[in-house]
Amino acid sequence: MTAHARRRRRVDRVMFTLASLATALTLGVLLFLLGYLAWQGASSVSLTFFTRLPAPVGESGGGMANALVGSFKLIALAALAGVPVGFLGGVYLAEYGGGSVGWLVRYAADVLNGVPSIVVGITVYALVVVPMGHFSTLAGGIALGLMTIPVTLRTTEEFLRLVPTSLRDGALALGAPRWVTIVRVAIPAGLRGIAAGILLSLARVAGETAPLLFTSFSNRYWSPGVGQPTASLPVMIFTYAISPYDEWHRQAWAAALVLLAVVLGSNLLARAALGRGRPA
Amino acid sequence: MEQAGAALPPPGGRIRPALAFRPAPVPPLAARPLEPLLVRSGGRRWRIGDPVFRGLAAGFGLSVVGITLVIALVLFRKSAAARATFGWAFLWTSVWDPVFLRFGALPLVYGTLATSAIGLALAVPFGLGAAICLAELLPQRVADPLTFLIELLVAVPSVVYGLVGIFVLVPAMRALTTPIAATFGWIPLLAGPTYGVGMLTAGVILAVMIVPFIVAVSREVLLAVPQSQRDAALALGATRWETVRQVVLPYARSGIAGSVVLALARALGETMAVTMVIGNRPEIAASLFAPAYTMAAVLANEFTEATSNLYLSALIEVGLVLFGITLVVNALARLLIPPEVGRA
Repeated sequence: MTAHARRRRRVDRVMFTLASLATALTLGVLLFLLGYLAWQGASSVSLTFFTRLPAPVGESGGGMANALVGSFKLIALAALAGVPVGFLGGVYLAEYGGGSVGWLVRYAADVLNGVPSIVVGITVYALVVVPMGHFSTLAGGIALGLMTIPVTLRTTEEFLRLVPTSLRDGALALGAPRWVTIVRVAIPAGLRGIAAGILLSLARVAGETAPLLFTSFSNRYWSPGVGQPTASLPVMIFTYAISPYDEWHRQAWAAALVLLAVVLGSNLLARAALGRGRPA
Repeated sequence: MEQAGAALPPPGGRIRPALAFRPAPVPPLAARPLEPLLVRSGGRRWRIGDPVFRGLAAGFGLSVVGITLVIALVLFRKSAAARATFGWAFLWTSVWDPVFLRFGALPLVYGTLATSAIGLALAVPFGLGAAICLAELLPQRVADPLTFLIELLVAVPSVVYGLVGIFVLVPAMRALTTPIAATFGWIPLLAGPTYGVGMLTAGVILAVMIVPFIVAVSREVLLAVPQSQRDAALALGATRWETVRQVVLPYARSGIAGSVVLALARALGETMAVTMVIGNRPEIAASLFAPAYTMAAVLANEFTEATSNLYLSALIEVGLVLFGITLVVNALARLLIPPEVGRA
């Protein structure tokens, strides 16, 4: 073998070794992150975390029951506000959206997807919080809802497009009008993928902090209804992490573990529903 | 010819479908009570159904356009006071003083751009290397689960990255950078003092956050390169690396660039993790170790504390600038990424 060929082989080995190292490092970061969170979180999480209100500064114990309920309410409101728009918009794109209106809607969804989450927070602050005069669960839910729209919209479109034309033709041939075909044949056929897309979009906003900072704000007590400021897991993690108290830091780790478990759990569930790890 | 081929089992195992999604089995229409469908379909009630349904769907679709326009409009209208007071100088003056109500966003714009640049500089080599490894080197049955794991990192909320950043990365950076600043402090870029928080720390955390993203999109782009391209290069005697370097990467160039630009857009708008580790000081310092501030971080920290209209208006103008920058960067990414590759 000539020196030239040997050199080429050596370059080949070196480059692929470097590529493998890059992969190993990326995976290493992931494993470290999950491991460290599990370690710190597991030693801090306890039953009272789920059942008690936050304890006053200086007292140990206490929990984040209000933040758990608050996050749940925010996500439920987000689903109410965002999913109908995303879902029906997606139906429009898949079934009628060939023309320039479809292009415009797709373009707007891409822009909306790229809007930094804190900017969404500003907008909702100006449109909801200022007229109401105070922070509220409702405002936070709307902010998160806006953020679910692009993903819901595009996954709905994508999975409706995958429904074979022959299924639609069958329904149309039996005399069903187009909208009955869509509602009773196309949507049920694509439902699993659409539901997974909705779940992914909700999992994504469940961890959002920035748009909540000046919409739902925070609260150390229960927040009845949807008209008052509410605690939420992500905002609590932020507040507690930058606080100077050790006890609050421990609570932040516990909250992070719970939040991560919920978000990654929903992701796994959604991907399992899609059959394979397919990014949506 | 094609039909004959399709009847045979594909060489080398089953063909992987482009999308491993199969629609749920729909009960054949005949299994449902059909009479109402057929009888009513001629009636008036069903004929108005089509335009109504179409209008409803179109209305919701167009509302997405409306929402996007409303966001832009709100940012523009509500920043009017700041724009009237400071004009274009807002963008290139560097005093950010809420007490005397003088606002120049240059340090914030600089902080956002600089941290994102550091993040990209660290993330691109690793992300691209990992994507090459996962697409070209490892067999698919190994690479798929690994990619899946890396994609999980995309789902980790940014406040969680920030938490780990505060308690792990910041102390580590302090320990690491203090001797560097002591030795090489005469270079302005590496000057002390070192706090642990600062521009470089923010860049590192951004890198960790965007690597999975670059890996996921770049790998898909690489997998979309036709196998025949590789086969041709290999048949000419190229090594596997030469094939990647001279054939696969040039073929996938625009898609990879798109994944990088998309990652940049994310880094520019990233708020929580950066806010928690950057040190929050609105100054332009030469040193990588110095505290800085970004547009998103100033909004997260100061928005609820803005006591005057002009202050609030200036903050909203920062949001407007951030919105404008991400808009341009995202548009650039759309131009670069081939439409058939999955969006994120």
